[in-house]
Amino acid sequence: MLQYVGLKAINGPLVVLDRVQNASYEEMVEFILEDGTRRSGRIVLLEGDRALIQVFEGAQGLSLDNTRTQLLGHPVEMPLAPELLGRTFDGAGHPIDGLGEVYAVKRTDINGKPLNPVARVYPRNFIQTGISSIDGLATLIRGQKLPIFSGAGLQHNRIAAQIVRQARLVNPSAGQEEPSAPFGIVFAAMGVKNDVADYFQRAFEATGVIQRTVMFLNLSNDPIIERILTPRAALTVAEYLAYELEMHILVIMTDLTSYCEALREFSSSKGEIPGRKGFPGYLYSDLASLYERAGIIKGKNGSITQLPILTMPNDDITHPIPDLTGYITEGQIVLDRYLDSTGIYPPLAVLDSLSRLMKDGIGEGYTRIDHAPLANQLFASYAKVQEIRALASVIGEEELAEREQLYITFGRAFERLFLGQDFQENRDIIQTLNLGWQLISLLPKEELDRVDSHLLEEYYLPDTTTLLKLP
Amino acid sequence: MADMVVYSINGPVVKVRVAQGGTVTLALLDMVYVGSNRLIGEVIAVNDTEATIQVYEATTGLSPGEAVTSSGGPQKAMLGPGLLSNIFDGIQRPLRDMISTHGLFVAVGGHFSPLSPTALWQVTPLVSPGDQVTPGMVFATCPETALIEHRSLVPPGISGTVLQVAAAGRYTINDPIVIVRDTRQVEHQLSLAQQWPIRQSRPVRKRLPLSRPLITGLRVIDTLFPLAKGGTAAIPGGFGTGKTMTQHQLAKYCDADVIIYIGCGERGNEMTQVLQEFAELIDPHTQRPLTDRTLLIANTSNMPVAAREASIYTGITLAEYYRDMGYHVAMLADSTSRWAEALREISGRLEEMPAEEGFPAYLPSRIAQFYERAGEVTTLGGSTGSISIVGAVSPQGADFSEPVTQNTKRYVRCFWALDKELAYARHYPAINWTDSYSEYLEDLQRYYSRQVDRSFTECRNRLASILQEESRLMETVKLVGADVLPDDQRLVIEVARIIRVGFLQQNAFHPQDSFVPLTKQLKMMEVILLFDALARNAVRQRIPLSQIMKSGLPEQIIRMKYEIANDEPERFDTYLEDIRTFFTKLTLDSLP
Repeated sequence: MLQYVGLKAINGPLVVLDRVQNASYEEMVEFILEDGTRRSGRIVLLEGDRALIQVFEGAQGLSLDNTRTQLLGHPVEMPLAPELLGRTFDGAGHPIDGLGEVYAVKRTDINGKPLNPVARVYPRNFIQTGISSIDGLATLIRGQKLPIFSGAGLQHNRIAAQIVRQARLVNPSAGQEEPSAPFGIVFAAMGVKNDVADYFQRAFEATGVIQRTVMFLNLSNDPIIERILTPRAALTVAEYLAYELEMHILVIMTDLTSYCEALREFSSSKGEIPGRKGFPGYLYSDLASLYERAGIIKGKNGSITQLPILTMPNDDITHPIPDLTGYITEGQIVLDRYLDSTGIYPPLAVLDSLSRLMKDGIGEGYTRIDHAPLANQLFASYAKVQEIRALASVIGEEELAEREQLYITFGRAFERLFLGQDFQENRDIIQTLNLGWQLISLLPKEELDRVDSHLLEEYYLPDTTTLLKLP
Repeated sequence: MADMVVYSINGPVVKVRVAQGGTVTLALLDMVYVGSNRLIGEVIAVNDTEATIQVYEATTGLSPGEAVTSSGGPQKAMLGPGLLSNIFDGIQRPLRDMISTHGLFVAVGGHFSPLSPTALWQVTPLVSPGDQVTPGMVFATCPETALIEHRSLVPPGISGTVLQVAAAGRYTINDPIVIVRDTRQVEHQLSLAQQWPIRQSRPVRKRLPLSRPLITGLRVIDTLFPLAKGGTAAIPGGFGTGKTMTQHQLAKYCDADVIIYIGCGERGNEMTQVLQEFAELIDPHTQRPLTDRTLLIANTSNMPVAAREASIYTGITLAEYYRDMGYHVAMLADSTSRWAEALREISGRLEEMPAEEGFPAYLPSRIAQFYERAGEVTTLGGSTGSISIVGAVSPQGADFSEPVTQNTKRYVRCFWALDKELAYARHYPAINWTDSYSEYLEDLQRYYSRQVDRSFTECRNRLASILQEESRLMETVKLVGADVLPDDQRLVIEVARIIRVGFLQQNAFHPQDSFVPLTKQLKMMEVILLFDALARNAVRQRIPLSQIMKSGLPEQIIRMKYEIANDEPERFDTYLEDIRTFFTKLTLDSLP
């Protein structure tokens, strides 16, 4: 293979190569250093016979004359085979579990291709996570992309682990649990601490899914530019498992914030004009190229459900990363530091959380007919609780009118009993809905303006004294 | 012509030079085919040595030295029967046909005719040999869907004498229907299909003042902030506030003849939902499936960014084509912010000097050019048609001071601000009544008083003033609580609650509430305002407000939107009667 000796320039993770022939855009290259070690890279800009190359492992140790470069003639690819299940890879898709190379059935460009919208199936199968706040208020649907917006120190990993353990497809309206189709997990760690990767590994082991899990680990001390490849490699594997082996795949990606920072670092070293907070102007398109790889395709039995996790810098939901994510994903689960500090797990910020696909996957024929109106009523009443709390903080709780006091009681009970649950507790959807009705019955009937009168008659509990006596 | 080849590649931006050195012969905005895959692109800059091209498809695998050829003209949309019920990408490639030939993923370098070249249409020619024709005249019709008659128009620039006309019958889009000879003795073949450059607006005879509303069935829009047919509106809102929901709602129920829905850099699943839902839903005005009048353009967020930039122009060109046939077209663009971001991305790759937040300095003029293509007009053929544009705006961080929202605000006359707090409380549509406005109120006053009722505007204004007064009072309430207010002020708050929950909030999934005709909207206002007037009177006579509130009457009024079906407005009379009886009795009881 043709090798080019030497480099023209090195700038951060980027190197320039001169007098290149037949290079193509986004082609993969390999650098061979003097001591025989190899690094990989990708062409990110071509101008005449000059190529700008991004080095995944970083350019440290490279010099202008000690390096030989060869073009590999194909874009960055991921080897695919059924034996991927149970394997662990680094951020660029090289095996790091000591089990040797993957014997590839096929190799696919990790950038994927945009899915034709006509080929999609609109997702509407309810996934029961066993967590009341998610099932009841921000329902997860198979084929959805539902991120967890968290902050440093909040318990997003625990929630993700609980979802992995408890998630199953149920349809109480049809009266039974549907037979479980083959199910698998693709886990992509981007810039997370070693402990976090460990935690997930142990969680997967404890749940017994480790044999059906593919892990990609780019830890916080791993090469940063490699991080740009990690989610793409993981999603390529997920697409293979879902659409060719017809499995239902849950993709957990953590932490998208580190990914975006890697992208920013790369962009600024390339000298691109920055958008907001120094992030590149194409951050939206770039994130979309990841998130939009969730879904269900016509004529295939598999599906990809995404559960990306991102930590909001300074808990700021308007920061570009959560902001742009929220514009692409189908809802978001937001965690709240105040609830967390009062010991409520999972500390779900109810009002900020949302599932866009919920409306078509719940109700009659899916969960229960009262699900949507009950959820709306809980949202509306809890929003009122927040308003009254704001007022109480000014005039004092004692000064509140009687009706407002009821809201305060409802708010406390709702947070403690509905939101709060144990890490091991798995509530089915009927339990969740009944609990919701018990709580909402703490408020007088005439306050419940989101529910039809006949539903009120059927589900409203006239006596809720027992509920208040609960610990 | 000298051979043009690719010189440099930077994402979707490709520079082209002549292989032997020399001047590139491309013109600005020419459509070109790039490389061996013949990727579609457009020339966006030319200088003496090179041309810059934005490529509408992924450039992965492209190499310097690959050939570039010109198509000989600008990017054009193909116009003809078969557009409706169809779904295209941003450069008008038919997504359904693409699946059968290229599989489930969007093809690179695939070339498709936007309209089927083999489909046969039942054509009725409307001209005969010897007739004089001018641009915009209808020379033939064919039923495009059960709902829309396709009127084939003499293209702009062609006029003369009809030489030959085909007999009525079934023809493809390329068969000649009419042959016209112009004054210079040049013969033109007119077929069902014609082309028009997407960045150029189609000519009209005259722009008309706007006089009728685009009826949406959403009370907060129709009553408080109406949009005129031919008008422009923006829906800004952070994520999760219901922009897309509102757009879908408008696409389903507004009384336009033709709907053009552009998914511009948005979610793939949303387009799938529109495709599925619209095939099942029945239009309340015509009792036909909604797909019969709908055309979709889907350039989802993960599809190439340059094609996203083009999708808005493709959409508006198709809208103009149906307007020229004499239809009222509503064009819904979700979201214009993604389009502006596509401009920014291309601009960044061109290393242009950025203005605000990295957006190019020409952002305002591009937005203005787009919205100015709306309007009600007399077409070249003499009929009346209109394009109303509703653009969703996705402000970064839900901050309305960012450049796209601010510049859009300058060029639209209707502003439906979505509010996070309302969305949190699941109050939909989450259109905030203090931040939103419509400049069409005055233009439409005549229509409302003639077509609905003389009192409509007055009722609307009283409703708006109660809401205004409430928001003023809430400043105090937030500090001291509602209990300390005197009864007359608390009444305002209570009535405002009835308006908010019983009138403004609307349940898109309730059969009686998803679309509400203007007559029912008026009746609902009358009930609320009667209650308000009599309750004020009672409070003035020192009857305690609590007596009125605990009567159950307010709850009854709030539920009337569900209880009274759209086709039985006479039942409102019992409500009015109940209210009168209650207050008469209340006054009598309170007499010493």
